[in-house]
Amino acid sequence: MITYISSLMLPCLVLFIVAYGLYKKVDIYNVFVDGAKEAFDMLPTLFTCILGMILGINLFLESNILGYFLDAINPVLKSFQIPAEIIPMAIMRPISGGSTLALLNNLFETYGPDSYIGRIGSVIQGSTETTFYVLTLYFGSVGIKKIRHALWVGLLVDLIGIISGIVIVGLFFN
Amino acid sequence: MVKKLMVNKIWGFFIIVGITVCVITGNLDKVNYEILNSTKVSLELIIKIFPVVALWLGIMNIAKVAGLLDLLANAISPFLRKLFPEIPKGHESLGFIASNIVINMFGLGSAATPFGLKAMQSLQKLNQKKDTASRSMITFLIINTSGVTLIPTTVISMRMMYESAHPTEIVGACIVATSISMICAVLIDYFVARRKVK
Repeated sequence: MITYISSLMLPCLVLFIVAYGLYKKVDIYNVFVDGAKEAFDMLPTLFTCILGMILGINLFLESNILGYFLDAINPVLKSFQIPAEIIPMAIMRPISGGSTLALLNNLFETYGPDSYIGRIGSVIQGSTETTFYVLTLYFGSVGIKKIRHALWVGLLVDLIGIISGIVIVGLFFN
Repeated sequence: MVKKLMVNKIWGFFIIVGITVCVITGNLDKVNYEILNSTKVSLELIIKIFPVVALWLGIMNIAKVAGLLDLLANAISPFLRKLFPEIPKGHESLGFIASNIVINMFGLGSAATPFGLKAMQSLQKLNQKKDTASRSMITFLIINTSGVTLIPTTVISMRMMYESAHPTEIVGACIVATSISMICAVLIDYFVARRKVK
């Protein structure tokens, strides 16, 4: 039902905007083309920022520092009853959307979507955003270099979201 | 000067640590592959995202010319005006921010991105120092990244793919979690911004 509604959203939005434009006697086709052209203005900054970030992230992932880090903090996690299996996903969530999905995929494959770990993974995926990506993309598109407190507040909020996700899954499903 | 280095530090850290560790652990092949592969990956990403951006900028332009964005912005502007005290009343950026938030709520992340980019562009017009993020930009970004989602479309479809008994059972938990992080985001941003002004 909810998926049906959300798959209706996009077509309805397009339908509504075009119909409303016609109703308001807007020159809709030319206005559409003019608007779409603006994408080319964004292209140079957009591409170079993505290129830079992907280079950095992939090199970092390749070093497997994350794996060593997990081994080191495992005892702490056990005492808080946080399943270590979800930590890579929690760490990757703000950095890379693609690798988070890949990690969630692994969790579903190993533990199933209706397991405790599967549910925590689902809630983390559904309630947080790829902070690094959004930051790079949005600030990059207008050439902002001094980002002030945006990054650490964004990451702190992600952490709050992830912790509340774990707590809430515990409360809702136990 | 120090703040400017934030992104540089992270990016530099990723690259230096990544390469150094790979060299020490003898993963030279992987490093060589990854350096060149990242160009391919980013081009693929651009190819995926660019047409969507163009499409939505086109559709959005119709909404803008027809006056729809103004209507939407007016509807939620009392709420937005409190969050963005720096934006003058009736400024176009409020409409873009409103659309971005509304579309994000329905789990259409990629459709929301063009609105977000447009919002940043128009916030940049108001910005005094062009290379420094303004308070409104940061507030917008933090609200955006705190993930205001009512219908997490991606997770639901993935749960269905793995034959979950109740693919949508996590929606309630997601809404509670995003609400908590969203409220924290607004509060933290509010207090940090206020302290910085003083």
